[in-house]
Amino acid sequence: MNALHEFLLRTGDNCLILGHRVSEWCGHAPVLEEDIALANTALDLLGQTKLWLTYAAEVEGKGRSADDLAFLRDAWDFRNVLLTEVPNGDFGRTMMRQYLFDQYHLLMLQGLAQSSDETVRGIAAKAVKEVAYHVDRSRDTVVGLGDGTDESHRRMQEALDYLWPYVGEMFASDTVDAEMAEGGISPDPASLRDAWDAAVADTMAEATLALPDSRFHHKGGRDGRMHTEHLGHMLTQMQWLQRAYPGATW
Amino acid sequence: MAATRLSGGHVVTTEAQVWDWLAKVPDPEIPAISLVDLGVIRGVAFDGDTCVVTVTPTYSGCPATAVINLSIETALADHGVPVRLKQQIAPPWTTDWISPEGRDKLNAYGIAPPQPAGGPAACPRCGGTHLEKLSQFGSTPCKAQWRCRDCLEPFDYFKCI
Ligand SMILES: [Zn+2]
Repeated sequence: MNALHEFLLRTGDNCLILGHRVSEWCGHAPVLEEDIALANTALDLLGQTKLWLTYAAEVEGKGRSADDLAFLRDAWDFRNVLLTEVPNGDFGRTMMRQYLFDQYHLLMLQGLAQSSDETVRGIAAKAVKEVAYHVDRSRDTVVGLGDGTDESHRRMQEALDYLWPYVGEMFASDTVDAEMAEGGISPDPASLRDAWDAAVADTMAEATLALPDSRFHHKGGRDGRMHTEHLGHMLTQMQWLQRAYPGATW
Repeated sequence: MAATRLSGGHVVTTEAQVWDWLAKVPDPEIPAISLVDLGVIRGVAFDGDTCVVTVTPTYSGCPATAVINLSIETALADHGVPVRLKQQIAPPWTTDWISPEGRDKLNAYGIAPPQPAGGPAACPRCGGTHLEKLSQFGSTPCKAQWRCRDCLEPFDYFKCI
């Protein structure tokens, strides 16, 4: 296994799967401004996906393209964390998931912008600007809804409780991460946890939400060992066109 | 304006001329400004007869990127110049690269130009300064929605990145 390729798949697949999930809101958000904001967030993530997966395909050297990786792999070959593939739930849960991921994504990209790998550094320097903007919005929304009405508060607390067991996987380092950290390509995800905890604790305090204290977490996404049953269902939508009409272009 | 020059019996296009042509190619989503105003053209150089144009995308996922590339190819093809595009993502595009003329054109078109402070300086319609943010995002990845409390009109703000 090529560790750099694996690392790039993980990074790209997080963007791809979350980007697709967020795009499912297109035309369905509670108000027009939120609909547009979600669509734009999804678009940024898909753009980042293209950069990461193009590089992943190049490193792999088997003549595959970013599109091949996105549309022709099966569920067990995806390397996204489980958090990104869980169904959207209501708007509150979608925004809570976005915030939990954005906060991680921002810290990771800040580290990757200092990567020893020139291409990784370039992609991260571009993406970090977009993601800094995402976290501003998702944080504001979590605070607004958490410290909002009784109902919005209740729903945000439920969202946080539901998503919390998926948080730990973002920081669960393995041998791929060790190799990336050793080469100065990527920070070790585990090393980002303290900064993430501090930022999230601030946000949840402001949002009047109680942080669950359990550190139990689901795993199996970023190493592909066991995705949730939701990923396969999502792929039947996302990959439908290339599966039904192989090689179709426009 | 730089003129074509003759070299070995061939008509040779200068880089300055290509910049001139590109300064007339409108941005596909904000046609009030050109690709040069937007700051996405990072370099023009000749490799033999082929003009190599270096382009830096605004946002990673901006759907206008493909149209921008096509517009550049078309503009040079119209002048019979073979072109090769080079995508460059580092250093990343920043709104600091929008030209002063581009900023004026945006404002005249009704889009408040980006400000380092993170919000528009004044309403592009009435010049009012009592402004409120409606949404952090707008009709394209590069814009946000604001409203002027003086004239009550909503307007687009070009996000500062
Ligand atoms: Zn006004």
